[in-house]
Amino acid sequence: MAILSQTEAQDILKKVISFSTADECEANMQGSLQGNVRSARNSISTAGATDNVSLAVTSYFGKRSGTATCNQFDEATLRRCVQRAEEIARLAPESPEYMPLLGPQTYQASPQSYAASTAGITPDYRATQMATSMQYCDSKKLTSAGFLNDSTSFVAKRNSKGLEAYQRLTNLDFSITVRTPDGQGSGYASTDFTDISKFDAARLTRTAADKAASSVGARAIEPGKYTVILEPNALLSNTDASLLGALMRSFDARSADEGRSFLSKKGGGNRKGEKMFDERVTIYSDPTNPEVPDLTFSGDGRPQQRTTWIEKGVVKNLYSSRYWAQKSGIPSLPGPGGFIMEGGTQSTADLIKSTKKGILVTRLWYIRPVDPQTLLYTGLTRDGTFYIENGAIKFPVKNFRFNESPIIMLNNLEAIGRPVRLAGNLVPPLKIRDFTFTSLSDAV
Amino acid sequence: MNRRDFVGLTGLGATALLLPTLPGFGAKRVDPARLLEPGADTVLKKRLADAALNAAKSAGASYADVRIGRSLNQYVFAREKQIQNIVSTESYGVGIRVLVNGCWGFASTSVVTEASLAATARLAADIAKANKLVLKEPVQLAPQQGFGEVSWKTPLVQSAFEVPVKQKADLLLAANAAAMNNGASYISSALFQVNEQKYFASTDGSYIDQDVHRLWPTFNATAVDTKSGKFRSREALSAPVGMGYEYLTPSAAEQVRGPQGTDTIGYKLRYDLLADAALAGKQAKAKLNMKSVTPGKYDLVLDPGHLGLTIHESVGHPTELDRVLGYEANFAGTSFATLEWKAKNLPYGSKQVNIVADKLQPGAVGTVGYDDEGVKTKQWDIIKEGKLVDYQKIRDQAHIVGQKESDGCCYAQSWDDVQFQRMANISLKPSPTKMSVDEMVSKVDKGIYIAGAGSFSIDQQRYNFQFGGQLFFAIEKGKITEPIEDVAYQSNTQEFWGACAGSCDQSDYRLFGTFFDGKGQPTQSSSVSHGSATTRFNGVNVINTARKV
Repeated sequence: MAILSQTEAQDILKKVISFSTADECEANMQGSLQGNVRSARNSISTAGATDNVSLAVTSYFGKRSGTATCNQFDEATLRRCVQRAEEIARLAPESPEYMPLLGPQTYQASPQSYAASTAGITPDYRATQMATSMQYCDSKKLTSAGFLNDSTSFVAKRNSKGLEAYQRLTNLDFSITVRTPDGQGSGYASTDFTDISKFDAARLTRTAADKAASSVGARAIEPGKYTVILEPNALLSNTDASLLGALMRSFDARSADEGRSFLSKKGGGNRKGEKMFDERVTIYSDPTNPEVPDLTFSGDGRPQQRTTWIEKGVVKNLYSSRYWAQKSGIPSLPGPGGFIMEGGTQSTADLIKSTKKGILVTRLWYIRPVDPQTLLYTGLTRDGTFYIENGAIKFPVKNFRFNESPIIMLNNLEAIGRPVRLAGNLVPPLKIRDFTFTSLSDAV
Repeated sequence: MNRRDFVGLTGLGATALLLPTLPGFGAKRVDPARLLEPGADTVLKKRLADAALNAAKSAGASYADVRIGRSLNQYVFAREKQIQNIVSTESYGVGIRVLVNGCWGFASTSVVTEASLAATARLAADIAKANKLVLKEPVQLAPQQGFGEVSWKTPLVQSAFEVPVKQKADLLLAANAAAMNNGASYISSALFQVNEQKYFASTDGSYIDQDVHRLWPTFNATAVDTKSGKFRSREALSAPVGMGYEYLTPSAAEQVRGPQGTDTIGYKLRYDLLADAALAGKQAKAKLNMKSVTPGKYDLVLDPGHLGLTIHESVGHPTELDRVLGYEANFAGTSFATLEWKAKNLPYGSKQVNIVADKLQPGAVGTVGYDDEGVKTKQWDIIKEGKLVDYQKIRDQAHIVGQKESDGCCYAQSWDDVQFQRMANISLKPSPTKMSVDEMVSKVDKGIYIAGAGSFSIDQQRYNFQFGGQLFFAIEKGKITEPIEDVAYQSNTQEFWGACAGSCDQSDYRLFGTFFDGKGQPTQSSSVSHGSATTRFNGVNVINTARKV
């Protein structure tokens, strides 16, 4: 039931629009089938599945709007849902930021956002992948805790001005933490795919297990400013805030124009067009990229297209609501789903080889904003932190707390490695000089 | 960046408040009037529950529980002079957990009929049977008496849902105006209202009907100096509470002023939103021109609205038994306070540190009559005179620490999530002897008074932490001298609690809390409160957080 075809979904949405008596009406439908399995202490701890499909109708009378939802799609239910949306709309206050609904739009095709292999995942597949992972840890006398979550979903839109959209997506996330039985070593690895044909839980588990085994016996070294190699998991996460995620979530034009963003300009306005980062930094979004395919339309119906946010260190574009774009006369760009940071061809191993003295960071954790003015964040290293000397890893080191801003970080760039997919983004490992560690932690 | 949160929350206009996933977000939107309509009666719910329990037993379950849940939420969001969004949601369904051959199985359904519940119970049993393939240790459940048909309701004067939406929207707009008339350039405000109608039944013979209410008014006021390009914010000093709309009726008796020389006001179980918003506007503007802290060692005097978050992170989480045992290793982390560490009887803090877990505390958001596996709630000691004496545990964990009963802190955020161990209200006991905040400050030679919760971060085993705050005041030779900024303190859990030099008395005691304590995969949110009186910590490392970009 949850995954409707384009025709099935649009037939329902057409009916909804036909029942509308409001000035404008839009209907959004989404459905997903999700499954998960979780393990801890080398055993499955929980497993579950959900099946959900819902329809939201928003009706407009002038600048007033109201939304109602339903999860059954017979004619009577659809009529009631439209009526309820209209009743709520009549009672709602006028929105001073009302924008008329968009008319028909042209969206790029992104057929790679859906993979039949992922849509076909069974509970057996999940259990088998997790069992392989646990068996490897059992054989190495290591303890693992992991999580596998997969989803198949669709999104469909239609409005009374003729806008129409539909897309299907699939995704699988897997993460694994491996610890030594004495609690002195810990390693982590995570991955995500649209198409699971490349997924191999055992390979990821080996990476985490190697980190765990080699992080035993960590030495304490003085906190301070160090050259660091930040692996992709240290730059981005789908379970926590992250340094690159924080940066890309701050490209909102309105906050900048209102003077409450690091992108605000002294004296008013924003810093679009200014060079704020190292000239090797280029970040863009592209929903048709085959590595990280994404929705080609945004929640309000605007097309999602390839957009450059930072080009050679220069702030190229800011995103905004349609209202703010019109009010301030800027291009109307929706915020991206995922982003792509351009990189080079070097692997993390290559970056290590070219490092005289430095620290390899597997992952950063519990990352929270300290000062929004400078985008200063704090957090800690976790699950594998190593000292590098003369191009090789010398020994594991105790975890550090950092206080650092991604703006400063992307100005202190030494080298960029080869991007890999992480949480729907493409993120390269980065070598950064003068990264600020402010204290030591005993945590493993 | 998490795509789902990004898409979801920008639509709600909640990003300005930096909130994670909202309870009920994605649930069915309903007319506000629907929130006042009663759910199914207990006669019907008992019949439905029995259908599920009987099916589970027939499928081989040695134990089963059924949670029929109806979650009602309403959120009102405002910014400056306008209401951004009013969202009312309802979610109704049933979660069934069964124990077959020593394995748990869980399944849920939104089709609430006897036939559907029986089928869902059988599905849960099938999942339990499938999990047996990888079973290493069978589940051992602490015995629990059945309570028959009982009920519990959050004590309240007026349900927030009974208050017309317009009145609530007008209150937020008035608060926004108060902040802006006093110096704020921008303000985002929100009112979160939650009602969990929970019916629990188990094969132990319990049929427990509970009506749980929570409320949280909050805001973030920002002052901007366009000329210098500087901006500063001050968040509300309110707390989420387990009570009705009466929390928003100001009462002088429920207000506690900060030390002399500060203009801060703390709130007990009545909150003055308009007064706090006006003060926030003033304070946000004043923050634009404050002296930056000189880093170094300071004695910290921490108000309850600040200290609650430090208690949450450095005592609440490390004493959760599932974290201690490794069940959260892949997400939130583990704990330094392992069973081996506890056996060494090392100090967790100074003798002044007495910390209790309490699921009964009036006004606290984690307070219920019974938990989500049918255990009557209670209060128990976690730290006594600086020593760790117990953990937080549920029925399938009690035997691991040689105990015979659960602590009653099992919770699921919704009927379609499986219940697991969650943090109880964890609070620091006030001083039994008289101590005012002015007297406490008068004994500090070089210190900082901190009010309100700010930035927070702690490692995955809960050793090293760093906390900011909302308001900071320098203390010199026993007196508050001036407000300062760019303050954060870094410490280690045992070092910090070891430096605890005592608290003020009960008259200063207040609750801090959150709706958004996240744990588990898939992540579930839980509500929890932390009480304390203003407390002093000696010689804590303070850093300066100002940077140039």
